[in-house]
Amino acid sequence: MVQESAITEEMRSAVGVDSPPVVYDIEKGAVKKFALAIEDPNPLYQDENVARKTEYGGIIAPPTFPSMLRNPAVVDKVFNFKTPLKGLLNGGNELEYLKPIKVGDVISVTAKLVDIKERTGAMGKMIFFFAETAYKNQKGEVVCLGRQTLIRHEVKEKK
Amino acid sequence: MAKQIYFDDVEVGHELAPLIKHPTTQQLVKWAGASDDYYQIHYDKDFALANNLPGVIVHGWLTFSFLGQLVTDWMGYEGTLRKIGCNYRGMNFPNQDTICRGKVTKKYVKDGENIVELEIKAENPKGDVLVPGNATVVLPSRKK
Repeated sequence: MVQESAITEEMRSAVGVDSPPVVYDIEKGAVKKFALAIEDPNPLYQDENVARKTEYGGIIAPPTFPSMLRNPAVVDKVFNFKTPLKGLLNGGNELEYLKPIKVGDVISVTAKLVDIKERTGAMGKMIFFFAETAYKNQKGEVVCLGRQTLIRHEVKEKK
Repeated sequence: MAKQIYFDDVEVGHELAPLIKHPTTQQLVKWAGASDDYYQIHYDKDFALANNLPGVIVHGWLTFSFLGQLVTDWMGYEGTLRKIGCNYRGMNFPNQDTICRGKVTKKYVKDGENIVELEIKAENPKGDVLVPGNATVVLPSRKK
């Protein structure tokens, strides 16, 4: 039995298209607010006196800080694709660090969809969208690479 | 923060000190504000129910952040996090403990760097693994 693919032409044509960059100034206050939100008291994220004495030479951002350095283009695309699969979930994240992100950096963020797959699982029919995000600093160096899996899934009607 | 851990002191099977976090609905709102993520399934119960969820759920990224803290607390100031990743397998609900655990799965020297690979996970109080993951860390050596 051949089943019709849930992956549409609209989705396929979005693969490989780099979104325009979104640029962020890495501010001390935003890093502190982020550390307070995750309730991680590590002085490297808040205490200039401690951070200065480490090899970083100053305050750095927590590992998952790139979550707020969002380039919304890809998630918006995945959210807005026309499909009967109404739900949207984050399936997984990976971050690879080439250099620390430091207070004072200017980070430019580009994102793209790299692959799409469909599966049937506990939530019924699902489409997996694999996205890659590149974070570059003011010197043009890639400081971090992000990989994310977004899932559109069936939402069953309530009885 | 615990005292510095060294590559020389770590063996495969070594377990990281567990990190217990307790995300409240208030923390979810703090996270939403700090990370600029306003998806309503994380703070609007009616919206979550309408999306077929049992209630508001903890942001995957927040649980991921807890795993980040597990690893950075363990590796100390002189450790370097190279890579961390996770899959959101089960839903994490607020107002209960999230228990983060990790253990060393590999250690080796590559290009003069002391690399340690970790298996990490976040569990609920029942012991269900909600968020499994992996991390790669470079540790300092005692032999300099």
